[in-house]
Amino acid sequence: MKLRYIKYFLVIIVFAYACKKSEDIEEKVETFLGFQTPKNFPETAYNFANNPITKEGFELGRMLFYEPRLSRDNTITCGSCHIQASAFTQHGHDVSHGIDDRLGTRNSPPIMNLAWSKAFMWGGGIYDLDLFPISPITAHEEMDESLENVLNKLSAMDKYKSKFKAAFGKANITTANFLKALSQFMLMCVSSNAKYDKVMRKDDNVSFTAVELEGYELFTQKCASCHTEPLFTDNGFRNNGLAPSAINDLGLYTATLLNADKYKFKVPSLRNLKYTAPYMHDGRFLTLDAVFMHYTHEVQATENLDPLLNKNGARGISINNDEKTKLMAFLNTLNDEDFINNKLLAEQ
Amino acid sequence: MKKILSTIIITSILFTACKKDNATPDFDEQNLASLSVEFDNIVGGRTLTFDNTAVPYTNATGEKFTISSIQYFISNIQVTTTAGKQFTVPQDSSYFLIKGADRATRFAKVKVPEGDYSKLTFVLGVDSLRSTMSVDKRTGVLDPAAGGHDGGGMYWGWNSGYIFFKFEGNSEVITNDQLGDPTGKKQFKYHIGGFGGYSAPTINNIRTITVDLTNAGIAKVRKDRQSNIHLFVDLMKFFNGTNTFSIKTHPTVMFSEYSTSIANNFKDLFTHDHTEN
Repeated sequence: MKLRYIKYFLVIIVFAYACKKSEDIEEKVETFLGFQTPKNFPETAYNFANNPITKEGFELGRMLFYEPRLSRDNTITCGSCHIQASAFTQHGHDVSHGIDDRLGTRNSPPIMNLAWSKAFMWGGGIYDLDLFPISPITAHEEMDESLENVLNKLSAMDKYKSKFKAAFGKANITTANFLKALSQFMLMCVSSNAKYDKVMRKDDNVSFTAVELEGYELFTQKCASCHTEPLFTDNGFRNNGLAPSAINDLGLYTATLLNADKYKFKVPSLRNLKYTAPYMHDGRFLTLDAVFMHYTHEVQATENLDPLLNKNGARGISINNDEKTKLMAFLNTLNDEDFINNKLLAEQ
Repeated sequence: MKKILSTIIITSILFTACKKDNATPDFDEQNLASLSVEFDNIVGGRTLTFDNTAVPYTNATGEKFTISSIQYFISNIQVTTTAGKQFTVPQDSSYFLIKGADRATRFAKVKVPEGDYSKLTFVLGVDSLRSTMSVDKRTGVLDPAAGGHDGGGMYWGWNSGYIFFKFEGNSEVITNDQLGDPTGKKQFKYHIGGFGGYSAPTINNIRTITVDLTNAGIAKVRKDRQSNIHLFVDLMKFFNGTNTFSIKTHPTVMFSEYSTSIANNFKDLFTHDHTEN
């Protein structure tokens, strides 16, 4: 008899809890919080004053991000090479796989924390996020479409006319508003909820395990000068001593023609490594083990090798197996499940 | 009596005529009138015709070539009066894309104060300020979407910036290998741009062109007429200017060091033929 009451009681509690939870979710969906700088992050680099983020603008941007009409034959979206489940990279592809099965020359980088970025692309060349989408849209091996034609295709659709009107007050689709909407979506792709972030913000008293903490200390000694916290990139361009590839990609030099920029590539963030293999600008390393192997044993003395990787005549970084285990434990705290599961960023 | 009357009429006509020709209006930046600058594309001693394979042009190196397209940006127009007063056309109305295939685009039409002008200055290309401005300011000919990206496009997506001067055509001297045109179409492509870089100084192919109007006719800008400075733009000088180069040796020049030597030829392209007042 007694047991039965307890059962009923439990069922009621479960119901009540379920109700409460769904209400919370509903509330979350209804209130659009806009762009918020995480407590443990620095000031942003993007000029928000020129493109304030609104619910309508963000939603339009999201629609455009997943819109196949951005490509010549309406088959490829931004999301094709920037898959949320892979932290907005193209998992399993060393270099990006675009239209007509054409292959690019570089690994598709994550759409993540771009509000803090001052330069874009592995090899630079673009310094304003608003101008970024022109590159993949017009690249022969990516979307192979003209911006003009994209705007024509979208302008023929009533759905976009009303969305643009809602977002920017004008149904007429201009280059500027098209690009700004895409920026709004990309800017909202913020990854700041990894265990590391919770530890730093002291959320719910989350703390590192002993091995993670040791890993963190090793990280600050051996890695942090380039992979600076909390974005885990200094947003600079460096030559990390990779052997030049068959196509001899000269990196930043291609955009600046300065000899001092040869073989320099953008320092990638170390966030979400669990989801973003393969690694490096051309995806040459399939595992983190291979990345460690590079830094410990395989750094090449190429032109402009970063001095940090060539100290006292010894190339690379000395990391023993025990240290590697600890570093791996720390790097694991940079994986942000909320980011890859955030429904707000998914195709609707 | 009749004679006197006609004398008076003739005299007054002469007076008005004199007044019109001689009196230079006071320089007043509010008192604007129209001035046009005509960019008349020519090729050496011949007019510009496209894909003229029957009678190709010949450059100083002796290479025969035909032209399939020519487009360039003219911006930041400035004029100087005979008295040395300078006027800069406001930036927002000072960007022009001259397209060889579209005759209507050959005029850069601006408003300047009434006056007599003996010097014209403009930029071939897009200045660095505009090249780094926010997307909102990139309208009209500066819209990155204008003209598509294969044919008429004048914007580099991968390396943010405008192509200042886009000149394409064909020449039999171009080889079919990687050093020439591997597609076998024997095409030359010159896409000259580079505004100096966003963050670090890089190649700068912006060229300021100054044209002295004294010899071929000053521009008399008045409200009641249309003064037109007629320039010849000799595309042959692209190959035969200060830096004479061979199409065979440099069939494709885009964002590269060599583009700066070609940009040094730009000033040689422009000559003042006459002014229509």
